[in-house]
Amino acid sequence: MPCVYLWNSCAIASVKKTEYMPPLLQIKDLMTVFDSAHGTIKAVDGVSLKIDSGETLGVVGESGCGKTMLSLSIMRLVPPNGKIINGEILFSGRDLLKMSEEEMRACRGSEISMIFQEPMTSLNPVFRIGEQIAETIRLHQNLPAKQAMELSVDLLREVGIADPQKRARDYPHNLSGGMRQRVMIAMAMSCHPKLLLADEPTTALDVTIQAQILDLISDLKQKNNMAVIFITHDLGVIAQAAEKVAVMYAGKIVESSTVGAVFKNPLHPYTQGLLDSIPARCIEARGREDYLRTIPGSVPGLSDLGTGCRFHDRCSFAFTECVQREPELVEVEKDHFVSCWKCSAAKNH
Amino acid sequence: MSNALIEIQKLDKKYLLSDGFLSSQKRIIHAVNHIDLQILRGETLGIVGESGCGKSTLARLITRLEKPSSGNINFKGGNIFDYNKESLKAYRRNVQMIFQDSFSSLNPRKSALSMIKEPLTIHQQGNTKERQDKALSVMMKVGLKKEQANRYPHEFSGGQRQRIGIARALVLNPELMIADEPVSSLDVSIQAQILNLLRDLKNDFNLTYLFISHDLNVIRYISDRIAVMYLGKIVELALNDDIYRKPLHPYTRMLLSAVPSCDPGKRQRKISIRGEAGMENDRGCSFQNRCAYKLEICETLDPELKEVNERSFCACHRAGLI
Repeated sequence: MPCVYLWNSCAIASVKKTEYMPPLLQIKDLMTVFDSAHGTIKAVDGVSLKIDSGETLGVVGESGCGKTMLSLSIMRLVPPNGKIINGEILFSGRDLLKMSEEEMRACRGSEISMIFQEPMTSLNPVFRIGEQIAETIRLHQNLPAKQAMELSVDLLREVGIADPQKRARDYPHNLSGGMRQRVMIAMAMSCHPKLLLADEPTTALDVTIQAQILDLISDLKQKNNMAVIFITHDLGVIAQAAEKVAVMYAGKIVESSTVGAVFKNPLHPYTQGLLDSIPARCIEARGREDYLRTIPGSVPGLSDLGTGCRFHDRCSFAFTECVQREPELVEVEKDHFVSCWKCSAAKNH
Repeated sequence: MSNALIEIQKLDKKYLLSDGFLSSQKRIIHAVNHIDLQILRGETLGIVGESGCGKSTLARLITRLEKPSSGNINFKGGNIFDYNKESLKAYRRNVQMIFQDSFSSLNPRKSALSMIKEPLTIHQQGNTKERQDKALSVMMKVGLKKEQANRYPHEFSGGQRQRIGIARALVLNPELMIADEPVSSLDVSIQAQILNLLRDLKNDFNLTYLFISHDLNVIRYISDRIAVMYLGKIVELALNDDIYRKPLHPYTRMLLSAVPSCDPGKRQRKISIRGEAGMENDRGCSFQNRCAYKLEICETLDPELKEVNERSFCACHRAGLI
């Protein structure tokens, strides 16, 4: 696969510069499929990406683009009707997909942690939050209960919960949405993970609380030199919190680069359309009186993808090539990868 | 003022909440707290606020789905809470609502067209043929195709379902359309399509919108005037540009600075964000715990919404001074 070569060539380039450091997480050609009434659905279709320690990667896409399945695949928590059929997920050099279930369980929560959109469904309603955090610590660090409890109070303090001693004895329903997300973050941070997967962590929260949670994640990231993968549909969150961004469409990454490059100079027509549909950008560029630019049609179902580029029927630049063959992710500018025939053609001329 | 389509006067809505079933203690939630507001004919009035600020309760009061604890809403000279059955029906024909969750607000066992026809049947408009024609024309107006008339809600995408919801509201030719978070559950590219549609319909049908959202970007795009709500109160009411260029209330400033900018170059937030919107205080300004400009007077006296600049209203003791 050409994209694999690309990542390899990047790696070789970095050897020349400095001593070779493998990325913290490197995903190569990952494919996750689902059995459904309409046949096999490729929710994640040949995704390759990498992330270094201390880096924040934003994965952005609309609903149904496979971004959540990507994160669940990394955790190896794909639901029972789904299956990872191809690819490698190298975490600190080890392939997560080749690990035994036991090894994977030791890794989950201690080296890679995850926080979810709706903290209420991820917390157990019948246990006090302090106990729930302590449980994670006991499982992974083999500490006595009392010490684990003390640590969980410290963690609550660290995530900005006032009066943590008292709060540790609260049940999840006693807390507000923002506080619950803080508890989830405390739990995720309890074993100092190297990688934090945040799947729509602020979507259910109000904007002021969202700002607080984003600040908290960024503080913790810096303190612990942790890598973060933000999975979200909100381009504003990506612009504020991430350094690199990967745009997903119908199971594939269609564009990836630094946040600055993608927001200033989006190359893929889908990314351009996505950015143009944001009201704030429209107002800034053309005032309030103008219509918002939209992407015609809607996201295709993953079960009835035709040939060619997945975006071609919504794309105003599509030509014959786009209908016939699927474009690959190629480096069009330095560190700016796009899978689009128009962009590759422009590069070759 | 004759230009007001709806005039809300000293509207109050309190809910009694019990503290668990063993406790005899009752808490009062003041969901809508002494609101005075006019909705002007032909405008889009945006209401923005965080969850629990009472913006949906306000919408439910205006549509008379709830009764207030006190206060009036005047529509064409009469208080809607004094209406008899007949005038209430006429009122509801004039005031329609679009909901956030288009899936749960549609009947899964009815086809798109029959649902769009339903309001016409209820309000006994025209004969069968006329209803059919009217429903079809509205359906096409909102961007659905004739072939989709007999499909069921699950066969539509989220954006298309929202279009059905809009068609249902539109089919009675209302004067006021209340849109409660109409684009919140949609993807950003679909959201833009719906916002453009709402804009077109407003011109074509001479509508007045009350547009409720927690999304400041959406509100900024669609509204002419904006009311910012905090814990049941309107804390600021001004023209769109004034709110975004020179916000008066400290809460409005905090809200605006919390919105993530889509420009990665603008990462530095100017205002720090304190606390969460919790229970109201017994005395004084409801925002005092989170306010960076608090004075002694804020603890004792609740500020009233007063005119600060021309057409800009703010409920803050230090409005215009900070």
